[in-house]
Amino acid sequence: MFSDYTMAELGSIFAMQGFAGLSLFSVFVLMALGLAIIFGQMGVINMAHGEFMILGAYVTYLCSNLFSEYLPGLFSIYFFLAMICAFIASGALGMLVEWAMIRHLYKRPLDTLLATWGLSLILQQTYRSVFGAREVGVTIPDWMMGALPLTDIVEIPINGIFVMILTISITVAVYFLMYRSGWGKQVRAVTQNRVMAGAVGINTERTDRLTFGIGCGIAGVAGSAFTMIGSTGPTAGQLYIVDTFLVVVFGGASSLLGTIASAFTISQAQSSIEFFLSGSMAKVLTLLTVVGILMLRPQGLFTLKVRR
Amino acid sequence: MHSDKTPASAPRSPARRRVSLGAAALIAGSMMPFAAFTADYPTAKVNTTGLAVTDDVVKVGILHSVTGTMSISETGSVQAEKLAISQINAMGGVLGRKIEYIQEDGASDWPTFAEKAKKLLVSDKAAAVFGCWTSASRKAVLPVFEQYNGMLYYPTFYEGLEESPNVIYTGQEATQQIIAGIDWIVKEKKAKSFYLLGSDYIWPRTSNKIARKHIEKLGLKVVGEEYYPLGHTQFNSVINKIKLRKPDVIYVIVVGGSNVAFYKQLKAAGIDMTKEKPALLTISVTEDEIRGIGGENIVGAYAAMKYFQSLPNENNTSFVKAFKEMWGEDIVIGDVTQAAYLGPWLWKAAVEKAGSFDIDKIRAASPGIELKTAPEGYVRIHKNHHLWSKTRVGLAQTDGQYKVVYETKELMEPDPFPKGYQ
Repeated sequence: MFSDYTMAELGSIFAMQGFAGLSLFSVFVLMALGLAIIFGQMGVINMAHGEFMILGAYVTYLCSNLFSEYLPGLFSIYFFLAMICAFIASGALGMLVEWAMIRHLYKRPLDTLLATWGLSLILQQTYRSVFGAREVGVTIPDWMMGALPLTDIVEIPINGIFVMILTISITVAVYFLMYRSGWGKQVRAVTQNRVMAGAVGINTERTDRLTFGIGCGIAGVAGSAFTMIGSTGPTAGQLYIVDTFLVVVFGGASSLLGTIASAFTISQAQSSIEFFLSGSMAKVLTLLTVVGILMLRPQGLFTLKVRR
Repeated sequence: MHSDKTPASAPRSPARRRVSLGAAALIAGSMMPFAAFTADYPTAKVNTTGLAVTDDVVKVGILHSVTGTMSISETGSVQAEKLAISQINAMGGVLGRKIEYIQEDGASDWPTFAEKAKKLLVSDKAAAVFGCWTSASRKAVLPVFEQYNGMLYYPTFYEGLEESPNVIYTGQEATQQIIAGIDWIVKEKKAKSFYLLGSDYIWPRTSNKIARKHIEKLGLKVVGEEYYPLGHTQFNSVINKIKLRKPDVIYVIVVGGSNVAFYKQLKAAGIDMTKEKPALLTISVTEDEIRGIGGENIVGAYAAMKYFQSLPNENNTSFVKAFKEMWGEDIVIGDVTQAAYLGPWLWKAAVEKAGSFDIDKIRAASPGIELKTAPEGYVRIHKNHHLWSKTRVGLAQTDGQYKVVYETKELMEPDPFPKGYQ
């Protein structure tokens, strides 16, 4: 299939394809980070993860309307503020949900699956009643759309770069929070042994609530960023949930490094297969590979060494 | 077969809806005196099969998803059907009888559609049902309509390969949308090569098959054909492939949430559709979908449909006005919404031609029925139960509307089983 093209064309297409893989990688990491905290650290199977993302997207939509209506001068930078609002809104809703529902279910982890699935249906219908069944269009500032032309074939999408930078900063922040801060130590202590952590004076309830809130907040930021590349509608969260769980489970639930490695593997595999075969085949082959590897290594790619 | 002649559910009154002046103007021409009907058409004569028809009321069903994922698309159809019914009532109803509708929710779930269809036909005895949107829901209700001999008016453009005595298809079957559109772009843009892209299910696959056959018949080249799972949101790889193959036309049948992702990423990858090449031609993006995509992300794309909201004719002006008066100023009207609006009017015409509400008589009367007041201009029912209608090409604008740049001179004949295209 390559005989028709010159070396220069091939070179640039591989460069662009590499970039496509990287941007898919950062999308996956961004989707999965929030869930990696909630599922990986707390063991809560949060089926409503996608709906927390879409809440972030709707907040972005509201911000874009607000700015174009009242502060058109600042419209070009509204996106940053929208992301902060999305974090706060999703985080607050997450803490509320933890307080009202999740905290009663820590001893019954499988029940969280049903409870959060129910929550996702409730949230979907709420979005539908509030924002209407149709998708809403989020206007993105002009400078964030479009591409940087490097050569006449190689063009790098600006929103791809934006998502990449965002992903790196959030990953670094999460890393420091989880592994380099006192709060992170508390979170990990509570996850490993709730009773013991309580006994040494950690306020386990507060830690749980904050952890869940931060996980949901990150989902909100992801949702906000995805208004650049995807749709915003009541059920759009469902588009992400399968991929998100796939990345987290494949990576080994309780490891941040695992999540990143697994997002990298899946995204690179998928985007190269998409290029050489077709979209549907890529999905099938990727899923088959993941299932195969999980059969050999049920704990995922990376696991923490913990004494049981 | 059915012993109980009383409808099970209480009727809702559509009469409380405001009916516009525009609507009255639209239909004034065919208005007839109210009293003449009831005397000429006694209930015992016009209803010999036990349908829900009394001396002054006839009941019909509306069956669409108003909850679940398909409610995005089906809401417009419900609104159009209610508008048509209220307009018909304002001019005296059908054979002197006011139409009352019973609305059921298919909830985006195909077995639910079948169950509700059965309820509408068996316990409500609906004289006609306006409904369904996806092919999957139509296939689910089809056995019900055929078993209990109901009449379904189906609004969506679809893949064809079907012709039921119990369905009137008011949307286009695939060839009506595809062939004229491709012919136009080949002539207008001197297109030589095409890249076909679609969501992975029956409608895009069947349509692309017809498109490919037609393109190859014209002696032109298809340089790529690809399908992505429903709900797919990452199109960077295929966009790279498109850049590499450099087709003259990208032919796109992507649906749902994927649509938004595809057009946003296409723009972000630097493919500018307002430039000469590549041109983009779609048959799946109506004004409804553009609301989600954003006009600025799709400006310059072409769509082949039979109806656009901006269509410049008098029927359409008053239709758009009436629609906005009933459902709000900022609403948009897509191809399917208009097709749904035709349903009640075509049924009314068939009942009046047959002089009866009986399904068998309506079926016999339907072929040849014309509608000169259709917003799209003029339509006529073919004996295969599809509509003769024109194909038009629209150019997407930043404000989310299409500008009509071409329409076929003649009505396109519906051909649900196209020979040489399968």
